[in-house]
Amino acid sequence: MADLAKVAKSRSDKLFDILNYSILTIILLIVVYPLYLIVISSFSDPVAVSSGNVLFWPEGFTLKGYEILLENSEVWRGYRNSLLYVVLSVALNLSLVITAGYALSRKDLIGRNFFMFAIVFTMFFSGGLIPSYLLVQQLNMIDTIWAVIIPSAVSAFQLIVAKTFFQTSIPDELLEAAKIDGCTTTRFFFSIVIPLSTPIIAVMALFSAVNEWNSYFPALIYLQDQALYPLQLILRSILVASKEAAQVMESGVDPDVIAEQQQYKELIKYSLIIVSSVPVLILYPFLQRYFVKGVMIGSIKG
Amino acid sequence: MDVITPHQRRRIKPLKKGKTKPLSTIRKIGGNWELYLFLLPTLVYFIIFKYIPMYGLQIAFKDFIAIHGIWGSPWVGIDHFIRFFESYKFWNLLGNSLLINLYQLLFAFPIPIIFALMLNQVTATRFRKFVQTITYAPHFISVVVLVGMIFIFLSPSTGFINNLIQVFGGEPIYFMGSESWFRTVFVGSEIWQTSGWSAIIFLAALTSIDPHLHEAAIMDGASKFQRVLHIDIPGIMPVIMIMLILEIGNFVTLGYQKVLLMQNDLNIASSEVIQTYVYKSGLLHSQFSYAAAIGLFENVINFILLLMMNQLAKKLKQQSLF
Repeated sequence: MADLAKVAKSRSDKLFDILNYSILTIILLIVVYPLYLIVISSFSDPVAVSSGNVLFWPEGFTLKGYEILLENSEVWRGYRNSLLYVVLSVALNLSLVITAGYALSRKDLIGRNFFMFAIVFTMFFSGGLIPSYLLVQQLNMIDTIWAVIIPSAVSAFQLIVAKTFFQTSIPDELLEAAKIDGCTTTRFFFSIVIPLSTPIIAVMALFSAVNEWNSYFPALIYLQDQALYPLQLILRSILVASKEAAQVMESGVDPDVIAEQQQYKELIKYSLIIVSSVPVLILYPFLQRYFVKGVMIGSIKG
Repeated sequence: MDVITPHQRRRIKPLKKGKTKPLSTIRKIGGNWELYLFLLPTLVYFIIFKYIPMYGLQIAFKDFIAIHGIWGSPWVGIDHFIRFFESYKFWNLLGNSLLINLYQLLFAFPIPIIFALMLNQVTATRFRKFVQTITYAPHFISVVVLVGMIFIFLSPSTGFINNLIQVFGGEPIYFMGSESWFRTVFVGSEIWQTSGWSAIIFLAALTSIDPHLHEAAIMDGASKFQRVLHIDIPGIMPVIMIMLILEIGNFVTLGYQKVLLMQNDLNIASSEVIQTYVYKSGLLHSQFSYAAAIGLFENVINFILLLMMNQLAKKLKQQSLF
């Protein structure tokens, strides 16, 4: 095909290629520049940043923003909480998605279509915010960590992806052979299905980890105790809600420090964005590989 | 069925056909009890956290009194709906919700498709991979950080965008404090964050197009652009339709968590959407029944839009969901 393409390469094709590559390069710059700007600003003198002098490299290199964050116990508590919530929700999510996804993939499961329909239906119609809130309230989960973990434990989309994966990657012959040898379903699942399913387990773990790490809304509505706040809620109060960063800092510090913090208010925002993105950045190579896979599997069955 | 010789089986078979079905069904379920055990926790989860709230939607037709609970509260019929439809906010909320989503559909939906078509024409694998790696990244940024970045970059005094405007001699614009800029900022940032990622599905669809079509077209002297128009786009049309149906199915709900973060008193006239109003009236002002009614209203609109789109797709002989 490459040869053919060369033969047919006309002037209009060349023009097309030039345009295509230039537009893609511009898109690339538009995507990357804001991210780059955040990174270099977090290492720069805040005065230089706010006057627009930081454009291509850090100006007046400083780590002050990170130092202030290091001393901020609220941010670290949020960090710890978020990590805990991520670990718990990934554990819960996997134990539900992998088992149910496998069960739903088995053709000999009577009522499979009914179960699938009941699950997929919730993608298109739901009780909505208020009834869900009242339910969580009735279950006495308000203001407990379970409120941010259990109500969002599984999604229909994940189940579809997992089911499709098992259907296409665990051959029926394998099950039949195991059955003839007297293997029970549970044993087959744990000693054959699970070892063959590391890709899907990775996809699901990453899915729910990123979701939990990035989510703020359940915590906003269900949690009142600040000691339970995940990082995203702390971020919200510093980055978004026009609350001054200095107010979020520890009270009882001496006025000089407060003045300094005021000055570094903007700087803290940049460093905070970087610090909060570190776990996702570390996972990014995996995320990219496995998430794309997940989306592809999911797309097979729409 | 213990031990049956082949001879016996041959004799039994014609007799048993049809009659034993109920029995074998029960036996099959019994034999697979472990599978049901696997499914059980997830089913319980869906019943409790998805279906009970649907049942709980009845408070939209009741007057919720906390001490009586959902079941014990008195019925009031469609009073809450009437109150909402007659409220001075109704048209504003509906208009804002529809407009934001219409803009989203017009601008944020086609861009990933165009992007995928362009990327598919790139023959340099490394450049292609590089572009993909970079453009997927914003997808993983949390909505709080994204909105934080919007505030930083659009700040009238220190933001990068306004600095740029001033360099070119313009007046700084207070984007986040303006009703007229809200939708542009919302949809623009959405495009920035999601376009690369949303292109994956279209790229996957493009790779499944038969290369012979392209070869034949090249032999006939078709240019690259003509091939994009006449082979690639028709080739991924079914996927485009499915994505469109799904997008419309979430039409009014899309992105309210981001809207909520971007809202402030200055842009509220164009940024208050149905979902954020449900949140405020329900959870902040404890008007549970009223808010549930508004939520239900929105849910029903979504559902009708989904069915309509699906019907339309069927009529156009394209892919449909069901």
